[in-house]
Amino acid sequence: MIGVKDERIVGTAVPRLEGREKITGQARYVDDMVLPGMLYGATVRSRIPRGRIKKITFGPEINWQEFVIVSAKDIPGKNCVALIEDDQPCLADEFINHPEEPILLLAHEDRHLLPKAVEAVSVEYHPLPAIFTMEESESRSEIIWGANNTFKTILIDKGDVQGVWEKAHYIVEGEYRTGAQEQLYIENNGMIAAFEPQQGLTVWGSLQCPYYVHKALMKLCGLPPARVRVVQMETGGAFGGKEEYPSMIAAHAALLALKSGRPVKIIYDRMEDMAATTKRHPSRTRHRTAVSKDGKILGGTIEFTIDGGAYATLSSVVLSRGAIHAGGPYYWPNVRINAKAVATNAPPHGAFRGFGAPQSIFALERHMDRIAQVVELSPIEIRRRNFLKPGQTTTTGQAVSEPIDLGRLLDRALELSNYSAKKDEFARQNQNGNCKRGIGIASFLHGAGFTGAGERYLSSVVEVEACEDGGVRVLVSSAEFGQGTKTILCQIAAEALGLRYEDVRFAQPDTQEVPNSGPTVASRTAMVVGKLVQSAAIGIRQTLRASGLLGESYSAEEFRIACRKYVAAHGKLRSLARYEQPEDIVWNEEKYRGSAYAAFSWAVYIAAVTVDLTTYSVSVDDFVALQEVGRVLHPVLAKGQIIGGVAQAIGFALYEKVVWDNGRMQNAQMTNYIIPTSADLPPIRVYFEEMGNVHGAFGAKGIGELPMDGPAPAIVSAVGDALRTFFNSIPLLPEDIFDAIASKEENAEHAGSARGNP
Amino acid sequence: MSDENSKWEITLTVNGKRVTVQAYAMERLLDVVRNDLGLKGTKEGCGEGECGSCSVLMDGVLVNSCLIPVLQAKDSTIITIEGVQADGRAPVVQHAFLEYGGAQCGICTPGMILAACHLLQKKPQPTVEEIREGLSGNLCRCTGYLQIIEAVKEAARRGAAT
Repeated sequence: MIGVKDERIVGTAVPRLEGREKITGQARYVDDMVLPGMLYGATVRSRIPRGRIKKITFGPEINWQEFVIVSAKDIPGKNCVALIEDDQPCLADEFINHPEEPILLLAHEDRHLLPKAVEAVSVEYHPLPAIFTMEESESRSEIIWGANNTFKTILIDKGDVQGVWEKAHYIVEGEYRTGAQEQLYIENNGMIAAFEPQQGLTVWGSLQCPYYVHKALMKLCGLPPARVRVVQMETGGAFGGKEEYPSMIAAHAALLALKSGRPVKIIYDRMEDMAATTKRHPSRTRHRTAVSKDGKILGGTIEFTIDGGAYATLSSVVLSRGAIHAGGPYYWPNVRINAKAVATNAPPHGAFRGFGAPQSIFALERHMDRIAQVVELSPIEIRRRNFLKPGQTTTTGQAVSEPIDLGRLLDRALELSNYSAKKDEFARQNQNGNCKRGIGIASFLHGAGFTGAGERYLSSVVEVEACEDGGVRVLVSSAEFGQGTKTILCQIAAEALGLRYEDVRFAQPDTQEVPNSGPTVASRTAMVVGKLVQSAAIGIRQTLRASGLLGESYSAEEFRIACRKYVAAHGKLRSLARYEQPEDIVWNEEKYRGSAYAAFSWAVYIAAVTVDLTTYSVSVDDFVALQEVGRVLHPVLAKGQIIGGVAQAIGFALYEKVVWDNGRMQNAQMTNYIIPTSADLPPIRVYFEEMGNVHGAFGAKGIGELPMDGPAPAIVSAVGDALRTFFNSIPLLPEDIFDAIASKEENAEHAGSARGNP
Repeated sequence: MSDENSKWEITLTVNGKRVTVQAYAMERLLDVVRNDLGLKGTKEGCGEGECGSCSVLMDGVLVNSCLIPVLQAKDSTIITIEGVQADGRAPVVQHAFLEYGGAQCGICTPGMILAACHLLQKKPQPTVEEIREGLSGNLCRCTGYLQIIEAVKEAARRGAAT
């Protein structure tokens, strides 16, 4: 381990920095903020999935003079929500591409009058044929986006796949699907915008990425960077769901503020938030794998397809992460991964914890179980025989440089879960009774930071400031929304400078105040931003030493005195650190070859379940989550990340089903979109291995997304083990289990096929 | 007489203070607490009584304030997160939440703490199952609940109920 014995603050459970405000109800979220003269805004959306707007009529029952009304014609700059492509309009002008497309904005000082006004606007359309499935999109019967309904294709090609089939003893095929999933942060999306002729435009909101919103508003309003300010308020959960859509809401609030000359607040209600904002991309993965007689993967093809909805948004990068993770923690001497993101007439799907990886890893882990069945090895043994080893290369040709021993990780997880004994015990118990028990496993990895050259393009900047009172302040655009961003970055700064945790403060993410440390996504904060905070902090110390105010060794109090003296003599002291890609991280975007991530986190998860054959419901009885995430910066927060991620993934596997009707979510309520409650969850037993990582602050790697990847396949594997039935899609609801058992033989035939060479 | 468009004068006791508000009869207690009384610690999560973020204690009973028309709260005694500290139980619970990771994003936390206080008042030494049941009306999307359950267990051990 890197420097553990010297550390005083990193690795300890300091109090969450903003914890006191949260437990006393004093933390301020956007809906808690009221500005003088503020109006409330609402959105008129399309009611059809695809068509052209013919006519808009304002009903006579409303006194429209009292309302501020904004249409696409009021947009001063470009009518788009700028992100990767500029294809998504901020307000539909003519064409409608999904059934929640924003068309008009209304504002009034009495928010109770808004719902009736929204209802009183009627839009007439020329409907056009719409498509709702990946298969319809691929058939190209209707072209709804670009030339071929395809946002992005990716090819990962390693070795010679053509040559493997004749050498194969077994060829195993399977198709696997995952459904959409709603992030369901408990705080709905919201924004306030105000325009002052002197200062320009300011928005305050619930968001993950201040500079994404900043960029979108500049383009929409045609304003220079200095005239747009974005402030992150306390944010009540995000999980990726506040990565891109906040730009849309900020844009809407800004347009109403520009037109009315007054501050405008837009807060979505739960139904609008669930229906209109992004969800996890539905996916379909097809595997065809050549396997040797002794269960070694010789090579294979993987077709990974995701449904992006109506606009490009982040689909290309979700696809990228999904495709790179499609080979999992296994060694593929030869592999061809064909990935594509396709368009349908649904609201755009977007970022959600895991970002494509939970989808492709679900498919792979189910497929490993299928291979095990065909080869007649245990799910444990098939994994053990194919684990990546240091020095071997991933599907993109990245040599594993970390000293990871997945076999040892597996052994420890088996021991912690008492796997063998349970396997025997369940087999015995399952001979009788109506409750069947099973145990399942998943082994997986998750890359930390932006994919490929992404971190180089982001070129993140952080600053650490020495303050006049002698304390230091961390300035980043990285947002806290539950994960503990503020806490761990302050721990890192305190550790780096030899200060007390209490000596470090955290600046509110505000684009007028903080540099662009990149978006708060991709399990990058601890590793990438943390490392920069460490460097910037050290810069402060160097300056104080160079100015003769600080000796080689010093106490926290001496440091404070040196800061005070420096600031009094020279004014503000800020130290800046900018990301530079390490030399050994080389990525070829064109060929999709090279180092996809600076570091991976690794995990083996084991789930034990009971299936009640009276109700067909599944309960998870025990869950072991063992992972190697580098240095654990804060034991309580890290454990909280894992438990919370596993809980969301249990929902992904067993409860959370988005019911679609012509591209619209039909169950956009907490009443009928079911997430786990405190009564539903098993003991989730969390264990860490700490191997260290040269790229992260004090050896940290990514942790936030990892726990979303493994639970679904482990649980579905356990259900399959209990019922001796193979399941290949999620969510797996009681009715799906009932159907599968009812048509067991048919199911087995369709879920995949296999042949053995004689 | 009043129709739905005229306001009522409604008196209630909130966090130990008697207050009178002018409100529509069907206005949600949640909105009156947040907007008329400026007590922003009570949060709206779903507006349909599913998530418990808007939990307050009304005459000692845990309720979803998004489901209570304010007229129904006339003459009642309301305790919100801002007032819970005054009654002595809460600080132990709050401190345990902080220590055990019971609060992440914080949006469900005020409601969750009120639910925990309410539970401990009824059952000073709850079993884990009773804690799970007692908090199951309050949804949290961050924590997976286990650290909340640990916090409540610890608060009970430290005598939050006394």
